[in-house]
Amino acid sequence: MEDKKKKRKRLSSIVVDGGKYMTNLTEKYKNRPRYQEYDPCKIKSFIPGTIVDINVKPGRKVVEGEVMLVLEAMKMRNSIVAPCDGRVKKLYVSLQQMVPKDFLMIEIE
Amino acid sequence: MGLKQKSTDLRNRMRNALKGGGDKAIEKQKAIGKLTARERIIKLLDPKSFHEYDLFVEHAAKDFDMNKKYLPGDGVITGTGLLMGHPVCIYAQDFTVAGGSLGWMHAKKITKIMDHALKLKVPIIGINDSGGARIQEGVNSLAGYGEIFFRNTLASGVIPQISVILGPCAGGAVYSPALTDFVFVVENISKMFITGPEVIKTVLGEEISMEALGGARVHCETTGNAHFYAESEEQCFSQIKSLASYIPWNNSAKAKNYPKKSPKTRQYKIDNIMPGDAKQPYDVRDVIKAISDDSNFFEVMELFAQNIVIGFGRLDGKTVGYVANQPMYLAGVLDVDSSDKAARFIRYCDSFNIPLVTLVDLPGYLPGVDQEHAGVIRHGAKLLYAYSEATVPKITLIMRKAYGGGYIAMCSHHLRADFVFAWPTAEIAVMGPEGAANIIFRKEIMSADDPDKLRKEKVEEYKKKFANPYVAAAYGYVDAVIEPGETRSMIIHALEISAQKDVNIPKKKHGIPPF
Repeated sequence: MEDKKKKRKRLSSIVVDGGKYMTNLTEKYKNRPRYQEYDPCKIKSFIPGTIVDINVKPGRKVVEGEVMLVLEAMKMRNSIVAPCDGRVKKLYVSLQQMVPKDFLMIEIE
Repeated sequence: MGLKQKSTDLRNRMRNALKGGGDKAIEKQKAIGKLTARERIIKLLDPKSFHEYDLFVEHAAKDFDMNKKYLPGDGVITGTGLLMGHPVCIYAQDFTVAGGSLGWMHAKKITKIMDHALKLKVPIIGINDSGGARIQEGVNSLAGYGEIFFRNTLASGVIPQISVILGPCAGGAVYSPALTDFVFVVENISKMFITGPEVIKTVLGEEISMEALGGARVHCETTGNAHFYAESEEQCFSQIKSLASYIPWNNSAKAKNYPKKSPKTRQYKIDNIMPGDAKQPYDVRDVIKAISDDSNFFEVMELFAQNIVIGFGRLDGKTVGYVANQPMYLAGVLDVDSSDKAARFIRYCDSFNIPLVTLVDLPGYLPGVDQEHAGVIRHGAKLLYAYSEATVPKITLIMRKAYGGGYIAMCSHHLRADFVFAWPTAEIAVMGPEGAANIIFRKEIMSADDPDKLRKEKVEEYKKKFANPYVAAAYGYVDAVIEPGETRSMIIHALEISAQKDVNIPKKKHGIPPF
């Protein structure tokens, strides 16, 4: 009985169509990726790799299509280009740094 | 040489081949808690039933000084034997011989025993313990893998295919287990991945241990690549034996009948299992135990997508496959993983003539951006497909909630359940009362002086009218509303009279399920 009470206490809830149900959450559910809205000013790595070239500094103006970084991954050199005209707000990577996927590399304003 | 000398010569040759990788390599294997390949086969199969073939097979590779190397049995042991009294074909990779690496003749031994299994219509059991392709043999080792995958696919749904991962199983090698019916793994011993931690680190800079990347727990809990988790090889073998007791030996046979046994009703009583409050959870496995012979339930994929429960039990001595929503986890909702898990199990049961018993209690599908973006439409559709396509007897029991799309998906009358039973506590409706009341009475609620109060009243009103099994029963979508105590006898009777079920599906080469 004690055990049962303890179990009850630890229950979480989930809401489906307005109904609230008492239940346990799975680890995978707890660790699910949270949705983030796409921000074109934040340049993230689309693949894990190494930064092998940096052509910009914080504060420098960039024009659309300009190569800002080179990200080497799977033996391919990927040019990371400016998505629009603007100014480099912040640079988050350094030369030869290895970055995982979806790593914020540059912010443009 | 006379017969005697020739026999001595044979014995010497055998002794030589049976040494495997030699004492040193065997010691190494044992030091990490692993049995040798031959020990594994002998422990798994019935005593003294194993017969080995192709002991004298040798590789024919010439490059990289391979011609100077003798690899006993080319690193794999193949043969036939008995499992729980039934014939099986089996192979076990021998890690002590060149790391169990797969070369052309190694693969040929495996494909030969697979061909036997398919021809003789007996199960094939593969024990995997291999470093991967034998690089010295180049494209021939790739050819070997391809030949195995092809046979896995041909044999799929014809003979049971069981994979036991007792060591590394990396790169292309993992696709053979992935194509088979059931994958068994053991803590600290099994390792499965496409790209190993080394490569991931050097190329991508992500550091992860082998266990965390592709260990037994990961594949049982997170990826769903493995079906049974064990803490030791012994426990793993006893799980395989349990599984073998429930399944038929090929797709034109039926599972073995066992003596009838009543459930342990003192321990498992439905009235005590079900909570009074319909929003509170309970363990649906207790309901399964309350209706199954001897209260035995052999669960499959226990640790993956726990919001749905699948597995085998017996009713009046005959095997059934259970699919049940689990209110204990995520309120029993359907989502990407639970749909995948159940759909594949349904197709397994259908292929091997195992009737399906579905227990329903779910509020619907799991809401969330991650689910939508992970393709819950496509994955959820697998469940509809699998149930609709299945021609084995299908019995459905609606215990509590059966709302919306979840009601349809869980083997409803409309997907051709042969019998749908419902308890008086069943609520079969287009959606939960809260959601429905909010939509139907939106205007009234919005313009009320006290919207919350009116909302509550309207929810109650909807509940009274629709949160029951009788609306669905009035249309004939529920065949009988039954008391929980009658459940076992009703299902057994339904299965009995469905035993000769014969339905026609349109002639086709094969369907196109939303894989």
